[in-house]
Amino acid sequence: MLKPGLLTTVQDRGRPGLAYLGVPRSGAADLPALELANRLVGNDPAAAGLEFTVTGAVLRAEESLLVAVTGAPAPVRVAGVEVPHGAAVRVPAGAEFAVGTARTGLRSYLAVAGGVAVPPVLGSRATDTLSGLGPAPLRKGDTIPIGTPARTDLGAATGPAPADVTRTDVTPDAGPAEAGPADAGPAVPGGGVAGRADAGRDTDRADAGRDTDRADADRDTDRADPHRAGAGRDMGRAGAGRDDAESGGAAVVLRVHPGPRVDWFTPAAVRTLLSAEYRVSPTSNRVGMRLTGPALARAVATELPSEGVVLGAVQVPAGGEPLVFLADHPTTGGYPVIAVVDPADVPRAAQARPGTPVRFESEGVPGWT
Amino acid sequence: MRTRPAGPHAVLLECADAAEVAGWHAELRRRRDSGALAATELVPAARTVLVDGVADPAALAEILIRAADSFPGGTTGGSPGGLPGGTAGSSPGAATSRSAGPAGGAGGTIGDRCTEAVESPAGPRVPPVAAAHVELDCVYDGPDLADVAELWGTSVDGVIARHTGTEFRVAFCGFSPGFGYLTGLPAELAVPRRDSPRPRVPAGAVGLAGEYSGVYPSPSPGGWRLIGRTDRVLFDPDASPPALLTPGTRVTFRAVRG
Repeated sequence: MLKPGLLTTVQDRGRPGLAYLGVPRSGAADLPALELANRLVGNDPAAAGLEFTVTGAVLRAEESLLVAVTGAPAPVRVAGVEVPHGAAVRVPAGAEFAVGTARTGLRSYLAVAGGVAVPPVLGSRATDTLSGLGPAPLRKGDTIPIGTPARTDLGAATGPAPADVTRTDVTPDAGPAEAGPADAGPAVPGGGVAGRADAGRDTDRADAGRDTDRADADRDTDRADPHRAGAGRDMGRAGAGRDDAESGGAAVVLRVHPGPRVDWFTPAAVRTLLSAEYRVSPTSNRVGMRLTGPALARAVATELPSEGVVLGAVQVPAGGEPLVFLADHPTTGGYPVIAVVDPADVPRAAQARPGTPVRFESEGVPGWT
Repeated sequence: MRTRPAGPHAVLLECADAAEVAGWHAELRRRRDSGALAATELVPAARTVLVDGVADPAALAEILIRAADSFPGGTTGGSPGGLPGGTAGSSPGAATSRSAGPAGGAGGTIGDRCTEAVESPAGPRVPPVAAAHVELDCVYDGPDLADVAELWGTSVDGVIARHTGTEFRVAFCGFSPGFGYLTGLPAELAVPRRDSPRPRVPAGAVGLAGEYSGVYPSPSPGGWRLIGRTDRVLFDPDASPPALLTPGTRVTFRAVRG
């Protein structure tokens, strides 16, 4: 790791099934994107990869690697040469590999044939920014172990030979990295592997929705109690102002189901939730997408005893502005959940930049009166 | 017990009290172990059990409500005995084969506009009988010990005697991996959290908040009133299960010298 960017973590499918012990699910915030990257390089979709946040990262391959970048579209360069996003690419031994700042969205994913092979913790290699389980966020100078690619990867890995690729079809906007041996040849889009990332994306999402709808640990994200301040690094440093300008356009529309405590809110508050436009706050992180906008008034004022929460839960803390729980959300929470974002839409919430308008859509979703 | 919707793959069971939560958690685990229930997560909490990762939560809610109707007992204060709440080793069919007791009346409906909510007045109410017991050696020298003594209207020794003389039970886990919420103290000994949380509470700190006692498994900020500390490891990812204090575990504290 030469340059870890804002926040780069190891992620996989996380630790489902342990919420009853207070262990959050964690895992990739945009899990379908990571699973897609894994398929592109011939990995099991459950393999661990890297999750980059907004600003990407710069790494150097110590040996020849087959990689793919998915998720938030960002420029990808091998030895300074731009290569396709959403496709398998060969990185020669010694070459520098860079994922730039995302053009849109928040989180890009890197899969490497063989998978990131840090030791698993409770069955997962995921960094949980809330509980601290899993490897620490990556830092400059870290070495990232890579597993042995599965036998079935060989066809992919040996697809079009590196020599097939010329520099003419890529953007030579930067010279070869100093670390890249001049004779190592340029990066190679691994043509035959799995095609472009966007193919089949919708079905991927639908599948992943089922997988990701798992519950999660008991820390309220902003209760002033046993609360790990700043457990999840927020986006404050990512340049929210710029993001505001860039993403002030199209709203992210998230379909919602009634939450377990929808009746703890006034009818007017429910109408507001389902009609108002919120904006993604720069304090959002892997724990949750925080929103600014109209406060939601409670009909029941009593304190809610902590209860289990699901991924995508729309929780309303004391201030009244809702937040949407993402991958590292606590397993239980002490504020009422007014709605639940459809699991198929959670990855889009995880990709919404600070400043992005957000609307909650109930139309076509059963259960609303 | 009543159910509340929690999205397309989950249902939240809302219970009358902690005992009913324990009973339903045990019942749901038994159903899952027997293959009758496919669910990723069964998460007990103060008054609820979350069942997550199910294919058809509405159908599950109906099944559970029907099962509840077949349990003897009723609303809070109903018959506490002989219920299929969690006797280890009982057959999966035991719960539903019991004859239905008199449904315990109307079962107070919380004025709700939750159209999917269904409700049953009865449920399994007995926590697992074969629960493990953990004794924790505790040095009672916490910084809030004197405050707690004052809140309880007793001496420091009185606090220690009461805390060591109580058999606690892990009602649920939350806040951080392996943090068990321990019930067992009477309601009148509930203490408020500190006005301002400490920025760092060390691992092993033994505290009180509300009706609960608890032990911090790892260093973290925290607002519980600290009365002591233990050397025991509360959470070890390499152990199975990784948490020492799992839901249902009985816990006692033994005063030792620092």
